[in-house]
Amino acid sequence: MIKAILIFNNHGKPRLSKFYEHYNEDTEQQIIRETFHLVSKRDENVCNFLEGGLLIGGLDYKLIYRHYATLYFVFCVDSSESELGILDLIQVFVETLDKCFENVCELDLIFHVDKVHHILAEMVMGGMVLETNMNEIITQVDAQNKMEKSEAGIAGAPARAVSAVKNMNLPEMPKNINIGDISIKVPNLPSFK
Amino acid sequence: MALKIVKGSIDRIFDKNLQDLVRGIRNHKEDEAKYISTCIDEIKQELKQDNIAVKANAVCKLTYLQMLGYDVSWAAFNIVEVMSSSKFTYKRIGYLAASQCFHESTDVIMLTTNQIRKDLSSPNQYDTGVALTGLSCFVTPDLARDLANDIMTLMSHTKPYIRKKAVLIMYKVFLKYPESLRPAFPRLKEKLEDPDPGVQSAAVNVICELARRNPKNYLSLAPLFFKLMTSSTNNWVLIKIIKLFGALTPLEPRLGKKLIEPLTNLIHSTSAMSLLYECVNTVIAVLISLSSGMPNHSASIQLCVQKLRILIEDSDQNLKYLGLLAMSKILKTHPKSVQSHKDLILQCLDDKDESIRLRALDLLYGMVSKKNLMEIVKKLMLHVDKAEGTTYRDELLTKIIDICSQSNYQYITNFEWYISILVELTRLEGTRHGHLIASQMLDVAIRVKAIRAFAVAQMATLLDNAHLLTGNTQRNGICEVLYAAAWICGEFSEHLENPMQTLEAMLRPKVATLPGHIQAVYVQNAAKLFATVLKGEEGNTDGTAAQEASQLMIDRLPLFVQSANLEVQERASCILQLVKYIQKLQQKDVEVAEEVNALFAGELNPVAPKAQKKVPVPEGLDLDAWINEPPSESESEDEQPKAIFAKEEPKHSRPRHTEVDEKELARRREARKQEQANNPFYIKASPSSQKVYQEAPGVEHIPVVQIDLNVPLKVPGLPMSDQYVKMEEERRQKERAEKKKKEKKKRKEKRSGRGKKHDSAPESEEDITPAHMVDIVTEEMPENALPSDDDERDPTDPHKALDIDLDNLMESAGRRPLADSEKLPVRSHRAAEAQKSPTDGETENATLQEPKKKSSKEKREKKKDKERDRKKSKEEKKKKKHKHEDKEEDLLGGQADEPVLQSEETSQVADPPTSSSTTAEVSDLDFWLSNAPVPSNTQEAATVAAAAPEPSVTAPDSEPDEPKDTEMEETKSSKHKKKKQKKEKEEKEKKKKKKHHHHHHHSDGAGEESVQNGTVEEEEPLPPMSNYCLLAENSYIKMVYDIQGNLQDGSQVVVSVIFENKCNSFLKSMEFNVLDSLNSKLQRPEGSGPHDGLVVPFQLPPGVSNEARFVFTVQSIVMPQKLKGTLTFIVKNEDDSTHEKLDFKLHFTCTSYLITTPCYSDAFAKLLESGDLKSSSIRLEGVNMPFHHLLARICFHHHFSVVERIDSCASMYSRSIQGHHVCLLVKTSAQTVSIDAKCDEPTLLGNVLDEIKQTFSQC
Repeated sequence: MIKAILIFNNHGKPRLSKFYEHYNEDTEQQIIRETFHLVSKRDENVCNFLEGGLLIGGLDYKLIYRHYATLYFVFCVDSSESELGILDLIQVFVETLDKCFENVCELDLIFHVDKVHHILAEMVMGGMVLETNMNEIITQVDAQNKMEKSEAGIAGAPARAVSAVKNMNLPEMPKNINIGDISIKVPNLPSFK
Repeated sequence: MALKIVKGSIDRIFDKNLQDLVRGIRNHKEDEAKYISTCIDEIKQELKQDNIAVKANAVCKLTYLQMLGYDVSWAAFNIVEVMSSSKFTYKRIGYLAASQCFHESTDVIMLTTNQIRKDLSSPNQYDTGVALTGLSCFVTPDLARDLANDIMTLMSHTKPYIRKKAVLIMYKVFLKYPESLRPAFPRLKEKLEDPDPGVQSAAVNVICELARRNPKNYLSLAPLFFKLMTSSTNNWVLIKIIKLFGALTPLEPRLGKKLIEPLTNLIHSTSAMSLLYECVNTVIAVLISLSSGMPNHSASIQLCVQKLRILIEDSDQNLKYLGLLAMSKILKTHPKSVQSHKDLILQCLDDKDESIRLRALDLLYGMVSKKNLMEIVKKLMLHVDKAEGTTYRDELLTKIIDICSQSNYQYITNFEWYISILVELTRLEGTRHGHLIASQMLDVAIRVKAIRAFAVAQMATLLDNAHLLTGNTQRNGICEVLYAAAWICGEFSEHLENPMQTLEAMLRPKVATLPGHIQAVYVQNAAKLFATVLKGEEGNTDGTAAQEASQLMIDRLPLFVQSANLEVQERASCILQLVKYIQKLQQKDVEVAEEVNALFAGELNPVAPKAQKKVPVPEGLDLDAWINEPPSESESEDEQPKAIFAKEEPKHSRPRHTEVDEKELARRREARKQEQANNPFYIKASPSSQKVYQEAPGVEHIPVVQIDLNVPLKVPGLPMSDQYVKMEEERRQKERAEKKKKEKKKRKEKRSGRGKKHDSAPESEEDITPAHMVDIVTEEMPENALPSDDDERDPTDPHKALDIDLDNLMESAGRRPLADSEKLPVRSHRAAEAQKSPTDGETENATLQEPKKKSSKEKREKKKDKERDRKKSKEEKKKKKHKHEDKEEDLLGGQADEPVLQSEETSQVADPPTSSSTTAEVSDLDFWLSNAPVPSNTQEAATVAAAAPEPSVTAPDSEPDEPKDTEMEETKSSKHKKKKQKKEKEEKEKKKKKKHHHHHHHSDGAGEESVQNGTVEEEEPLPPMSNYCLLAENSYIKMVYDIQGNLQDGSQVVVSVIFENKCNSFLKSMEFNVLDSLNSKLQRPEGSGPHDGLVVPFQLPPGVSNEARFVFTVQSIVMPQKLKGTLTFIVKNEDDSTHEKLDFKLHFTCTSYLITTPCYSDAFAKLLESGDLKSSSIRLEGVNMPFHHLLARICFHHHFSVVERIDSCASMYSRSIQGHHVCLLVKTSAQTVSIDAKCDEPTLLGNVLDEIKQTFSQC
């Protein structure tokens, strides 16, 4: 079982938090902080598994994380999950994000956290891995986005126009803080099919 | 109106959307909180509007704010509104928000039931999907109960996308509503073989998750998972299954044996590291489970260790970590194979990655031996010096102590070395573990008597150099060691070389800066030292030294009398007065030493930490009862337990000795002596008591100055532990040399080649003799201590409720089918309610419905209770019935000369219906697990048995058949049989080989019997059916028989006949013969004529029964038929013997050509659709039995299996030996049962139906 999935940046700002067990908001923030504290002080080139974390987990739980450019992807899992499998799942997740957002960067996650949630929902459900095949995930996500678009229809057009105008004011964010080094030390796994 | 909508949507454009909110927050970095609070106000306004789009937008923003830590539960109702929008876009937003912030105590959740149900049945698969995803996050027991049935239905949805989600969410439903597990399980199991890999994977996922917590209930799925494992190529699924097997093997070692080979193959073949790693892990689990019984798996261990070594040596830190992790599992059972990789593990200690270092440390724990302990600890000590960061250093420290103290200091050969290690550890700055070192010092000094002199000397030096440790006292816990040092010096002061000097050290003014509890120990032990000094000076006529000591005490103690700590103050003032009095006596030249020493007389015994807990409560003592009247008002409750606890601390453990009154002293002495004689409890410093003094006030509150000393402190004058390592080396070498000498001598004497290997072999564990003769005092336990197990499972664990026996309902209803009360609640009155209100799902109305719902819930609960009661009584009835049936059969068995046919049928009916099918399940697993040859082989065995007579003529002792004595009894009591069979199967394996030598040996021993039974069953191609009916009987012999189809050969049936000797004579030369018909022939060995009888391959002593099998070939199976036959035998008495003959009629029913074959519902549906089947039907009137009994009877007597059962309707399937499909649809209403049947052979069908009818007309 996966107990929580957290994404935060190099400064510990949460970009996505998904808890599959209920905590109140304060505890959630504490967990994010603690996890960030644990993860951020680790060098690159050390292993991606981490025990401890007093707030979340316990003996049976592990933090499994990956660091992509400015973002940490952290999964808190118990012993029924395969460690390397989860690492691979993170990779699938990030690659899926990359496909769905076309060169994903932190800004995408900042502004479209809802979409990230929807993508995640196609991969993990209630703490259990639902789908690991990237193509299948993308098919389902696309189909749902299509539905959304068709529902918005003409009525949605003005809203989209306004939002486009608003987006123009966006300070030019460097688009290239993306997950350039996506292949940091991926263990020798064949992709799960 | 239309205008309004347009206006609304235009307004909406200028509302903030999520992106605007995020942008705004980013632009207000300074006053983020303020900005967000205005945003929340805006959101509140937006939520008040009617426009659902506006609401959805607001909810979307709230979801974001929730992530930032803002409580948004106040908007729960609005979230529900958005969830119920008909548009997918909004619905999705609503469900996402709900999944992020709803939980069990969110009260609006109860409003969502109908909405979710509606969404679940939506024609749009994504509506359903979104609802399932959301529900998986916030499902509550109520929702689970109400929706379980809907989700069950979705498990068979046409779209794999929905199936997959529905299967997965079932786990959450089970957790919240455990009652749903049994009814849902068959379908879940079915999904393991779903054509869609995603669904299959989800089902594997759920079952693995379930099985992880309650593995024993899923053992019977092992064959299925085994199949999946060998066939699946999906690594996710494989990993899950392999992990599951890891959990199952400890329960069933035979499973492990079966697994080893495929797993080893996978290890060799896979390129996926994750899979490899899990395989290794499971092989390890298997090896652990086998470790007792199977010595010959060293190859597998070697393979694992070797693969793990590759992982550890890999440059990838992840693999290194996992390798170490798995290695530690091997360590527990096969420490030797790991120990050879010590180099590698020590190397990992230098790794830059803390996770890896910690794992390596764990491994070290199990790798030490007497030989290498010093070396390893030396290495660790080096790391301690190098380590940066206190956490890792503290971890090292605890590991060193753990390693040394493990299993009662088993590996320590030189305690002087250990003490000096402990002393060296005191140099650690800023460690949290001062108390740990202290308790080790105390423990060793108390329990290892031989070491006391050395320990005392070391502690005295420590005390002397206390200033080095107390530099920044309160910050680090290291000053705790002074507590131990002072106590040891005081308690064992007779070993001190210069007690006066130590006394002086203990009374330095600097001591007053130590924490209170340590000062108290100082004061107390200063008094002990004082007593020792006096004693030492006793002989001296001079007496100045003694007086100096008194003076020193009198000078220094006032400092402590002024202490703020009460404990210190009290002790100091008592002792001060005592010393003053002593000084007076000294001045009068009175010998006081003896009296003073008497204050501290007596030896302390170490007491096990648990001893207090284990003291049995004397009879008639109620510990919870009030001794006095309870206090009227609540006094400060915190203080009370502390006071009680404090008495257990060592410093209090002695009686108060500060009274000056001589009388009192004498009385105390007396009392103490008595106490020691009776009950020498001494509670040594246990972690819990340590905690207490840490919590003592005053420690935490003193302001702390942080001083970092990076230079390791050298305590002057202390021996370094390294010296001991060298000394130890030398000592051992010497010993070895001496031994060699001795051995040489021996060898000279003996002159045998045996001693050779000793020379070169490294010294073994036992060779190392400890440096000191150490007497490790074992800890005392109270007499008649109660053994208590500590395996308490967390009562709040939700998985406890899921510990449900599922074997009974596997794939057919014949085994304890679902009782009515176990069915999932189907929407009933609530649904009707929904229909009544036209605006169902609109949440405004839902609020109105709320109270109504509540009452209905109550009703439902009441109903449930009733059902539960009913179920209980039903079960009881069932039991009674069983008993009754047993009796009935007993009676039948006793009746002789009954018409063959009738008795056959009655006994058939009388057979307990549920027994054999459950047995079948159990024996299926057993059969699968036993390494018996594949079914075709066993079939041959049966054939051979039938054909046995011929060889028996020439070599009567080599028949493969076995006597079967208790078969009859078994059929009589099904329960008995079930249990027994399990045992048998286990025994069977062991004795398999032996058995073939047992042939004509008829034994009455129970164990022997069961073995023999096992053999017979082993030869059966099918699980045994105890469907035996009477064949014929006379005063000598009774025969019962059962006919079973042969799965492998469509033209064969096997008739098992049990012969029971009823008389007091020996029956021998039995010959079984049947008049063949055109259709059916008895298979006779080659070369014998068509009318020759078959020799029954055994003889029967009085009162013994045994079974023989006869194979018949049949051509057409569509008609039942009867064959006439004769059994001839010789009755042998002591003096004479007579030829006897018994005629019988073998009745081949059509049922006996059917074979129980499981069928899945989809295959069943296809079969029915195919249209090749002819149908027919019958009605049974006046059948007065529960539906599941009815099904069980059909299953049992007519070899059917239940495909699906819905309420009072069930579909059943069976297959004939020639491959005819027989499908039944059984319905019941009132006392009428209608059976619609389809089969590709109408005649067969008609006959089977007739037989079924006959079965039920009997009851």
